[in-house]
Amino acid sequence: MDNLRFLFAAYAAVWALLFVYIVVLSRRNRALEKEIEELRELLQRRARQ
Amino acid sequence: MSTRRQSIDLVLGPLTGLVMLLAIFMVFVYVPSDRVQGIIQRIFYFHVPLALMTFAAFGLVAVASALFLWRGSRTWDRLAHSSAEVGMLFCTLVLVTGPIWARPVWGTWWTWDARLTTTLILWLIYAAYLMMRSVSGPGDQGARYAAVLGIVGAVDIPIINRSVYWWRTIHPAVLITREGGSGLSDPRMQATFGVCFLAFLLVFLWLLLVRNDSARLRDAVEELRQQALMQASS
Amino acid sequence: MLALIRKDLQIEFRTKETLASLLLLGVLTLLVLSFAFDPTSELRVEAAPGALWVAVIFAGVLGLNRSFLAERENECLQGLLLCPVDRGTIYLAKAIGNFVFMMTAQLVIVPIFIFFFNLPVSAAFGGVVLSLLLGILGFAGIGTLFAAISVRTRAREVMLPLLLLPLVVPIFIAGVKVTGLMLAGKPFSAAAPWLNLMVGFDVIFLVVGWLVFEYAVEE
Repeated sequence: MDNLRFLFAAYAAVWALLFVYIVVLSRRNRALEKEIEELRELLQRRARQ
Repeated sequence: MSTRRQSIDLVLGPLTGLVMLLAIFMVFVYVPSDRVQGIIQRIFYFHVPLALMTFAAFGLVAVASALFLWRGSRTWDRLAHSSAEVGMLFCTLVLVTGPIWARPVWGTWWTWDARLTTTLILWLIYAAYLMMRSVSGPGDQGARYAAVLGIVGAVDIPIINRSVYWWRTIHPAVLITREGGSGLSDPRMQATFGVCFLAFLLVFLWLLLVRNDSARLRDAVEELRQQALMQASS
Repeated sequence: MLALIRKDLQIEFRTKETLASLLLLGVLTLLVLSFAFDPTSELRVEAAPGALWVAVIFAGVLGLNRSFLAERENECLQGLLLCPVDRGTIYLAKAIGNFVFMMTAQLVIVPIFIFFFNLPVSAAFGGVVLSLLLGILGFAGIGTLFAAISVRTRAREVMLPLLLLPLVVPIFIAGVKVTGLMLAGKPFSAAAPWLNLMVGFDVIFLVVGWLVFEYAVEE
């Protein structure tokens, strides 16, 4: 069935975009968390000086 | 992260995955094909819930924006921004799956159908919203401007919809027939639709939560940076 | 509020900068659109309403930008905010000022439009003028709000059209429809629902702008 091609395309697009977004978000969150840790350490070190 | 948030995460993630898995099963295995359109009609089981969630997302943007302008709390602003971004993703998906469905059924990728056109304009308005947010700095001013746009945009959408609809229907020689998921006679189709709706509701909530985390973390980073700067200069 | 409007008008009629840009842009757009169509083709008459409104909207967007740009450069807005005047009133004054500018520009643009597109001048033009009045009022209403916002944003030249064009789609559609119907000699009643739509749009967004303007100009 030719329309199966279109059905596949639609679902593949949905999944691809959702997946990409989730990956981008997770990466961003992890980077932000790391930065928070670093900044906290920096502040603590300076406070001790 | 608070333990309450962690427990939400623990439940929401797997639950979303499970319901989505069920949805896929129902769409591809369980539900019978539409008699008229055949197999391509199954796109609607995703397309319509995506559209409904888009509208919900942008409605949320408007409400959160209004609350932000009124109350001034960062929580509302972050929620508005997150909802706009996730909403944009869903809107893009609607505009992608729609034409893919239309091509075999109507023979054309695009018609100036009222719903399609309004969705496109919706997309453009929120693209402007997101662009505005990226162009303005982290301060409150940019957030306030975006909030204004969020509210005005949401108020305008029904008017835009009405005007585009009239634009189309007053010209008789135009394709008015719209398959809208309203022909779901078979209870199996209705059940599939319901599950898909639930699946995308969960996906939306989950993405919203994660995106909101992003916003919260970013605010925290800003705050810590400010502290570091003040400390360095003292 | 009248004083505010008078102040805007006085400033403008002394320099005539905004008016000039509105006029020139409007006429230029009409000219360019005229070139898009063969002078003898039927398409020209059908496309005429669209051409008029494209010219109105494009010129309007740039005119709006200018009116706030001048204020920003001279920090007038800060001075204005120090006055014990309700923010909403400032908004209405600015919107009405912009409305007057744009309508004044139409005094030249509409005749040029008739001239370029070879249109018969009949009583039907009353309907076109009415649509311009209502459409430009709505445009000025929603445009003033967003001009105030975008002038203080970084990418300000591109921000205003980006924000405004999708939002004024109903005005544009309604305006083109009414103009088309009137030029085709249809009865006024056919245009009535579109004019009602415009009135609704104007009322809604003037109220929203009035309510929300203070957030757009807060420091």
